Amino acid sequence: MKLEELRFGTELLKRGFASMQKGGVIMDVVNAEQAKIAETAGAVAVMSLERVPSDIRKQGGVARMADPEKVREIIDAVSIPVMGKVRIGHFVEAQVLEVLGVDMIDESEVLTPADEEYHIDKKQFKIPFVCGARNLGEALRRINEGAAMIRTKGEAGTGNVVEAVRHMRAIMGEIRKVQGMDEQERISYARSIEAPAELVIECARRGRLPVVNFSAGGIATPSDAAMMMQLGADGVFVGSGIFKSSNPEKMAKAIVEAVNHFNDAKVIAQVSTGLGDAMPGLDVHTLRADEVLQTRGR
Amino acid sequence: MDVKIGVLALQGDVSEHIDAFAAALAACGCEKGSSVVEIRSPGDLDGCAALALPGGESTTISRLIDKNGLYEPIRTFKGGIFATCAGMVLMATHVADPRVHSLGLMDMTVDRNAFGRQKESFEADIPVTGIDGGPFHAIFIRAPVVTAAGTGVRVLAKLDQGVVATERGRYMALAFHPELGGDFRLHERFLKNLGI
Repeated sequence: MKLEELRFGTELLKRGFASMQKGGVIMDVVNAEQAKIAETAGAVAVMSLERVPSDIRKQGGVARMADPEKVREIIDAVSIPVMGKVRIGHFVEAQVLEVLGVDMIDESEVLTPADEEYHIDKKQFKIPFVCGARNLGEALRRINEGAAMIRTKGEAGTGNVVEAVRHMRAIMGEIRKVQGMDEQERISYARSIEAPAELVIECARRGRLPVVNFSAGGIATPSDAAMMMQLGADGVFVGSGIFKSSNPEKMAKAIVEAVNHFNDAKVIAQVSTGLGDAMPGLDVHTLRADEVLQTRGR
Repeated sequence: MDVKIGVLALQGDVSEHIDAFAAALAACGCEKGSSVVEIRSPGDLDGCAALALPGGESTTISRLIDKNGLYEPIRTFKGGIFATCAGMVLMATHVADPRVHSLGLMDMTVDRNAFGRQKESFEADIPVTGIDGGPFHAIFIRAPVVTAAGTGVRVLAKLDQGVVATERGRYMALAFHPELGGDFRLHERFLKNLGI
């Protein structure tokens, strides 16, 4: 039968796609081999990028979208969704990833920003976007620009969960705060955090962000992942934490299990046993201001 | 009537399924004393009249079903099963992908991601057999299709690419996501099939 009026790229389809990722682990991969390891371990999706964040930190230079050849190779290797990172504001990198068939775009502070004033107008795209946020104001500004999913920024490539915790607590705490406000206070609060009032009111009514909210930026162990879930994340992104650990296959499976059983310390203890070394960590307090990624794009 | 419905809560759009079944139970006039609960381990299935297999990643959910010892308990579950998207893949006897260990409860062959990638995901009003009130607004997200429906499997909706809604006795499997659209006629039909 012929269908009239098929609609593509709607807000419902974008947010619906994000909902299907809930309770899952999305893993950073730089090639097909890593993508297959992630899929076998039970990742719900993979994030294709040129270099994992800890390597971007070490090597410096401008970090960009991955080579299209690598992205295609990853798409061909797995059946789960493939996401891709683009620079903040770089709408042409986003157009390229959309054409390549990437399922979701991460407009990411981990890459070098292409525009220090504006984020991408995400409503112009058929595929959904995920964006980083440190607090409720940032999250709602990104949603207002069309983001279908939010993740905490954390501090990528450090293997240190402290910033992801700070950002998740900030977002959840601010939502609890607006729930206790009356309408006038919510409007005034929206102004103070530079967010649209209707989105602040929606958060207060639902007791959560209007889109799926993952955690990212520094998750390196099964316990880190489970803690972010207990703090209210809908799922987690793991960047350098898997492929910079001493046994990526085992670490990937363990983090998937920990997210699945985030409230069960017995399971977390069991899956954390004999994992080898987690990625080497960095104390975020030793970072110079220009090494901090989370302040990019506010 | 006190009805308990379980939603497999390993991965995917679990809370949307819980909300949708709560709304459908209310529409059937049996919300009082009824509950919709999360299923994470075999014991959670006790007393459930039905189980929902949500949308999500079929490879991930399949792996977690095995890992959590739920494979046989779901296969031998005596209640109804309402499956959407990834859930439909799991219900099939044949999946053209070795990465999924399907439950094999409905005699059908399913092709994963049959419409393509996310940019090919779509919404459309489609005719569905067995419900009143006109076409159903269906939301297809990286959806599967049934390429062959076998013995006893009734086709409720079909597009050019293949069959997108099937039913067999107490089972219903849908390639799209009625839990996202606010139209619960298929949930209500499913409950009615169970005598609820």
